[in-house]
Amino acid sequence: MSAAEEVVAEGNEPVEAVPKRAMTLGTGTSVVVLLLLLAVPLFAKNFVIFQLTQLLYLGLAVLALNILTGGSGQFSLGQSAFYGIGAYVTAVMMEQFNIPYFLCLPVAGVVCFGAGFLFGQPALRLSGVYLALATFALATAMPQLLKLNFLEPWTGGVQGLVVTKPDAPFGLKMSQDMWLYYFTLVVVIAIYVFSVNLLRSRSGRAFMAIRDNEIAASAMGVNVALYKTLAFGVSAGITGVAGGLSAIAVQFVAPDSFTITLAIQLFLGMVVGGVGWLPGSIVGAAFIIFVPNIAEGISKGLSGAVFGVLLFLVIYLVPHGARQVAILGQQLAGRLRRN
Amino acid sequence: MELFTNQVLAGIATGAIYACMALAVVMIYQAIDHLNFAQGEMAMFSTFISWQLMQWGVPYWGAFIITLALSFVGGIAIERILFKPLAKAPVLTNVAGFIALFAIINSSAGLIWDFTIKQYPTPFGSAPFLGSQLISTHQAGMIGVTVLLLLGLYFFFQYTRIGLAMRAAASVPESARLVGINTSWMIALGWGMATAIGAIAGMLIAPVVFLEPNMMGGVLIYGFAAAVLGGLTSPFGAVVGGFLVGIFENLAGTYIPGVGNELKLPIALALIISVLVVKPAGLFGRQIVKRV
Repeated sequence: MSAAEEVVAEGNEPVEAVPKRAMTLGTGTSVVVLLLLLAVPLFAKNFVIFQLTQLLYLGLAVLALNILTGGSGQFSLGQSAFYGIGAYVTAVMMEQFNIPYFLCLPVAGVVCFGAGFLFGQPALRLSGVYLALATFALATAMPQLLKLNFLEPWTGGVQGLVVTKPDAPFGLKMSQDMWLYYFTLVVVIAIYVFSVNLLRSRSGRAFMAIRDNEIAASAMGVNVALYKTLAFGVSAGITGVAGGLSAIAVQFVAPDSFTITLAIQLFLGMVVGGVGWLPGSIVGAAFIIFVPNIAEGISKGLSGAVFGVLLFLVIYLVPHGARQVAILGQQLAGRLRRN
Repeated sequence: MELFTNQVLAGIATGAIYACMALAVVMIYQAIDHLNFAQGEMAMFSTFISWQLMQWGVPYWGAFIITLALSFVGGIAIERILFKPLAKAPVLTNVAGFIALFAIINSSAGLIWDFTIKQYPTPFGSAPFLGSQLISTHQAGMIGVTVLLLLGLYFFFQYTRIGLAMRAAASVPESARLVGINTSWMIALGWGMATAIGAIAGMLIAPVVFLEPNMMGGVLIYGFAAAVLGGLTSPFGAVVGGFLVGIFENLAGTYIPGVGNELKLPIALALIISVLVVKPAGLFGRQIVKRV
């Protein structure tokens, strides 16, 4: 693990300045993680495979928020809206127009990119809590918009839409769940690689310059308005793809699956995974999927309280999220190597 | 025209609730620079305490005073125990802490007092106020208390040493520490006061929305919106914002066809955002000048 490194929080910056090298995993670790992700479903039951698929697409949604917040320093509580749009675009295309699922996902991504880019325009003037409120408004409006009457022939209104789960192609002897897992894995890895390269590119550097100091960035010639809306668009696009994958995996979309609760979960996932550390997204997704179950297991009546206490424990122990654990692990490994 | 006046009056009445909540939000924002997502749940818990006291036979105003004292102490305790250790953590981690606190309080209140809806008494009575069908004496009382609270806070912050110290600690902590202000305790004090104001809001709102663990969900959202609309740096703005949001909400529900109850919130929020796009720091907020 050579890439993560200690970052000291500074002053009152809303989002820490994470150098771009510290945003990803080293090559060795990446290969190990990849092999694990490839091998695990071969030894797991269908339900576990389904949960792993869930882990992947929620991780993707957390990653999208991470690019926006950790990369460009903008905060969003409206991710659930883009996730919902992506899921609905995919579901409507698959069910109403019989378009194959792998063609629906890029469309969902592009539609959400457009939506995010447009939403980014008025959001340009807002920052911090004001931006949080604006995105929050989007999140509360989305379920209501999906229920609108004149959209009902496509969206199915309050009832939602049932989506057919695709079979494995080419006559592969593989359960639907397992095929979907590998399909999701390929999409997620492709987007992860894209994101890492994006953050290493000129655009990525522009995002980070804006995050660290907007005024200085614009003085250096960064087109602040363009890159801020671009970050919104990219983040929304990726979230849309994640939403589309979720529609296929869950086999159902309904307006009330895309409420503000989802946006808050994605936010928690980002904090637990470490803001600005892309691989942490998957850890964060694991937290938001499994910890509520664990809390329910400990006490049915007090599950919310147990969840809250667990969350407090995590942020006390590692205020910087999983990234901090990675840094500690790396330091430990370094010390062992020296001895 | 009569419909319009009536809707505006009704808007002012609901606006008083939002104004109370927004005031509490701004108070804590002034003291700690974060939006406290658990504020509504803290207010709900305080209201339950006062309800419990009344069940045990304490008269209304007695329960009111005891609840205020308990909330004040409780707020300070929450800050000291839960959030002081997070003072150096990133802002977003603090926000996650608020969400955790939200879950803990909501779930404990549900376990202690269960989720059934409870009646809550009002000290002002619920007869029509000055012959108007739309504003009851309770709502008029609520507006009165909000205005009194605002005046009280204004004098506290403007004319007392400790109010000045709190403002100093919030705006320039380093310099405040240099002149001998204990900034850490000023923050705790801010939490205590905000919790007490939240408790007042909760006790005033409870007769209208009824008492149950989720009573604050909707109110808090409007409270936030009001606080942001008025400008987070201005308690006066928060109160004005609260009334404006109440009026917006009612007028949108009446005059825009096909809105109904479900779309009221998104439309109110959309209006607020259009205001923010024109005035990014809220109506009465100070524009902060940044140093590079």
